[in-house]
Amino acid sequence: MALDDHARDNLRFIRETMERAGSFTAVPGWGGVAIGITAIGAAMIASLQTSSFDWFATWIIEAAVAVSIAVWTTTSKARHSGTSLLSGPGRRFVYSLAPPLFVGALLTLLLARTESVSVIAGVWLLLYGTGVVTGGAFSIRVVPLMGLCFMVLGTVALFSPASWGDALLAAGFGGLHIIFGAVIARNYGG
Amino acid sequence: MREEKTRRGAAPQGLPEGAAAQLDRLIHERTRLGIVSALAVNPSLTFNELKPLLRVTDGNLSVHARKLEDAGYILCNKSFAGRHPKTEYRLTALGRRALERYLNHMEALIRATREG
Repeated sequence: MALDDHARDNLRFIRETMERAGSFTAVPGWGGVAIGITAIGAAMIASLQTSSFDWFATWIIEAAVAVSIAVWTTTSKARHSGTSLLSGPGRRFVYSLAPPLFVGALLTLLLARTESVSVIAGVWLLLYGTGVVTGGAFSIRVVPLMGLCFMVLGTVALFSPASWGDALLAAGFGGLHIIFGAVIARNYGG
Repeated sequence: MREEKTRRGAAPQGLPEGAAAQLDRLIHERTRLGIVSALAVNPSLTFNELKPLLRVTDGNLSVHARKLEDAGYILCNKSFAGRHPKTEYRLTALGRRALERYLNHMEALIRATREG
């Protein structure tokens, strides 16, 4: 092998090792737990709302809170480890998650007219789950597993009565985030 | 290893002067390069996290980590998590600079061959 091939091979090895090691940091576990707790709170508040406008407002505020927590915990984790947020696994995770979330927002605008809470809950859970499965394909194995659980809950939501909507959202965005967040935080460094 | 032996010789033709001679042998070795690379993207990693990540044996990992520690490239912190001993490694500023130098070196090698 020529010397430059060796050099290329060494660079590839460094990059692959960093990306594999970087999957420890890509998903913040404690951030997931925090998002889960706010989601359960949001589900309780949302279930008390009488108008669909207030119901949507509750979940949209929760979405904004969750995104803020995610951005904050991910950047602080990346800063501590001296890596750029938008390099390697982190970037691929964001790229995989963004398209389904965009589709989710778009479908929500349409579905808001039909006012079927369980269908909307199902769409949210399914599309978020899809994003996590594809984004997590590059990450530690529990991440795509969490995505699959979201998809299962979403499927259940689609075929269940509207009154189950908030409970299923609480189980997904609350329960799954807390369980998997704790597993990630315990085993994969924060 | 064959690779190590050829590196030991004079700089191959067409390379910047002293390119091969300056090579940091300490992190050139695969396991050590893996340790430094993995620690570069994590605040710290334990022995048990590094082992499956680098796919090496206990003995191999501890020997190579020890060499890096002796050179001041990584810090080693031994403690107890309950009853189990826990060994935690982090990269020092010196180690980070060594990795950067090594990366620049590899890029220079590729550039030199392309131009030459």
